[in-house]
Amino acid sequence: MALDKSEVEKIAHLARLHISRTEAEGVMSRITDILALIDQMQTVNTDDIEPLAHPLDALQRLRADEVTEVIHYDDLQSLAPEARDGLYLVPKVIE
Amino acid sequence: MIEKTVAEIAVALNAGDISSVELTQTYLDRITQFNGELNAYITVCADSALRQAKTADEKRAKGSNSPLLGVPLAHKDIFCTNGVTTTCGSRMLHNFVAPYDATVVEKFNDAGAVMLGKTNMDEFAMGSSNETSFFGPVKNPWDTKRVPGGSSGGSAVAVAADLCAMATGTDTGGSIRQPAAFCGITGFKPSYGRVSRWGMIAFASSLDQAGPLCKTAEDAALMTNVMAGLDKKDSTSIDKPVEDYTASLSNSLDGLKIGVPKQHFAEGLTAGVEQTIREALKEYENLGATITEIDLPNNHLSVSAYYVVAPAEASANLSRYDGVRYGYRCEDPADLEDMYKRTRSEGFGEEVKRRIMVGTYALSAGFYDAYYRKAQKIRRLIKNDFIDAFDEVDVIIGPTSPHTAFEIGTKTDPVTMYLEDIYTIAVNLAGLPGISIPAGMADGLPVGMHIVGSDFAEAKVLNVAHQFQQQTDWHQHKPTAFGKEN
Repeated sequence: MALDKSEVEKIAHLARLHISRTEAEGVMSRITDILALIDQMQTVNTDDIEPLAHPLDALQRLRADEVTEVIHYDDLQSLAPEARDGLYLVPKVIE
Repeated sequence: MIEKTVAEIAVALNAGDISSVELTQTYLDRITQFNGELNAYITVCADSALRQAKTADEKRAKGSNSPLLGVPLAHKDIFCTNGVTTTCGSRMLHNFVAPYDATVVEKFNDAGAVMLGKTNMDEFAMGSSNETSFFGPVKNPWDTKRVPGGSSGGSAVAVAADLCAMATGTDTGGSIRQPAAFCGITGFKPSYGRVSRWGMIAFASSLDQAGPLCKTAEDAALMTNVMAGLDKKDSTSIDKPVEDYTASLSNSLDGLKIGVPKQHFAEGLTAGVEQTIREALKEYENLGATITEIDLPNNHLSVSAYYVVAPAEASANLSRYDGVRYGYRCEDPADLEDMYKRTRSEGFGEEVKRRIMVGTYALSAGFYDAYYRKAQKIRRLIKNDFIDAFDEVDVIIGPTSPHTAFEIGTKTDPVTMYLEDIYTIAVNLAGLPGISIPAGMADGLPVGMHIVGSDFAEAKVLNVAHQFQQQTDWHQHKPTAFGKEN
């Protein structure tokens, strides 16, 4: 399946990636090549096959809802590009 | 001493032939001498390594003799290490100092191993040549014009060039086994869920698995003994007792049934690799094993199914890199959307962005059934092929890669690069244990042999690999430029 430019732009937006005009052509052709590789899957009929989500078909293990660790906000916030008073700062969202 | 295996180093440390501090300093000196050329390490932790080594020596003096105590290792830079930069080979995390240890790291710390540093890798483990790292390509010590394989290329080179005694890696589609093959060392991917993924930066969560890169199957067993086990912090880790993987290494292979997939000896396999693996199979016949050709009829679909499952899971996992809580943020964002988009576009490299795009497309409205669900169905077919095969045989053996290490910069087309992992990817899709061990040389470069077992047959796979290494000395061949003690 070949992609066109508007589809590439749409996917880039969904993925929150910026693709410049000059890059778009190259990205489009490479992704089209990858989709051609992927489309080999369509040569096999899988109508009655159960999808395999986990290689061992294991189920999600549950645990009691108990506090097991304490979060050290200061340590974590020191990693942020911009944080103050326990808050993560981003560009203004509401005027 | 630097050429010795982990098992031999443990004996030497116990006998007092060398101290961990002396050994650690020797490796640190070699890193200083050779890392500029090989680019195997992103971060070297000289001071903390020497402190850990001193502690190990003190513990040993007091009578402790656990096998990895004081043995110097390197961690792939995908494992979070408390207080140490953890980049995942990406600009996105170039300044990320992890606030906690991965479970694997914690386990090696508890075992008393000495962390020399963090090794280079393909960005977010996406690559088969180590060329996608933000920190530049790693060079193969057998020929520095060639790639070491990927994504755990830095770890493979660190072991091959004796810049550490052992290293950790991760394998999502072949990322431990293929670099082990290209560098002439032993690389082992245990069954999915055998080793905790906690603190291991996620690429494709239903495929990722950590494992050892080292000189021998015996060393791999010693390392797996430490790494494996249930971890309550990883809900996909398996609640199954950990065996002593060294206990069965010496078992006889008399009567072992080996399956050789005809699909792994077909078009695309180079003559030198084929001849090497066929000769290695004769060694197994000498050990009393029987060889049968087997059919993995859906093997040819593994790469296409993988390139849906892995990018889809990656696109979800990598959505966390938004420039808000940690890692890279672009300069002067105009608004929130501009911040997200430019942070991600500047922080991620080409291959990572490409896979995020493919994954986003596969998961987008209207395409889920045609791509992700279809790929999971193919995954079932691939798993069923293995289940059928293991009804007939004990292990499956073939080449790890169709060829030996290729030259840097020669595979620029993504699809060509994706086909690198044609023999290894199905094993991840099925969650099976697989090892690559040196089987010989072709055109002066190492050839890897791939041994695959059924679910949780780690001990069998290591036993089969170890017995080959008892009969041959391919695992002792060294790249001459870096193999000598300085």
